[in-house]
Amino acid sequence: MNAAHNNAVSFETELLERDERLRTARLSLPLRTDEDVVHLRKHVRERAVAIALSLVDQTKLVTAASELARNTIKYGGGGEVHLDALTDGFKKGIGLIFVDAGPGIPDLDLALRDGYTTGGGLGLGLSGSKRLCDEFAIDTRPGEGTAVCIIKWKR
Amino acid sequence: MERIPILRMGDLLLVTIQVDMHDRLAMTLQDDLTERIVSDGAKGVLIDISALDLVDSFIGRMISNTAAMARVLDAQTVVVGMQPAVAITLVELGLTLHGVKTALNVEKGMALLGKNIF
Repeated sequence: MNAAHNNAVSFETELLERDERLRTARLSLPLRTDEDVVHLRKHVRERAVAIALSLVDQTKLVTAASELARNTIKYGGGGEVHLDALTDGFKKGIGLIFVDAGPGIPDLDLALRDGYTTGGGLGLGLSGSKRLCDEFAIDTRPGEGTAVCIIKWKR
Repeated sequence: MERIPILRMGDLLLVTIQVDMHDRLAMTLQDDLTERIVSDGAKGVLIDISALDLVDSFIGRMISNTAAMARVLDAQTVVVGMQPAVAITLVELGLTLHGVKTALNVEKGMALLGKNIF
């Protein structure tokens, strides 16, 4: 495991190595508390500034990260996030993979629909994050866990 | 406990959010504001978010809810100073802050609440 902390999530997902070929660095952070979400937002913002994403794209990526981190904590019972630096030829990007060993998402199509929520929220977390990023992938198995991967490329 | 300060000016309450809010802090602010509207008999609430570089669905919902709560407590809410990148992201996320009055800056927000700062 690449996790830098000692409570790595047990959910085995191929999403973790999806962009291994393009990855130049990985930072793994725990997602357990509200403060962890704020901490992640700060890290994502720093990386986004470092690869010179536009201000709008920085804001979109940080917002998507915040939504998905909250999902990991609220629905997945906590987990971890991997922050990847990606390079594809001359193109630079940031990848984020959120992993939890929670109950999984029983109906993915439904969960990706705007306004659908089981948690009393607005139901915009998943669907909204998908719109805010360039790439979006999800791996979920009932009773095992959920992994969500998003990527934003520098234009 | 960590709190965002609420300032009173006449019958207005002013809040400037200058920290990256975690969810509990946002909820505390919502509760504190509704308490203060009643205890101070406030008629208006002005929330300055010009220092916020992110409004996600949780913070957006807190803002909408605060405005709705203020309305049933006979107070108006105006949100001022939203950064353009935040506005773009909010709308793309699917949040429209329905029922929330907005203004570009504090001065215009005050005018909307029927107050003149000068």
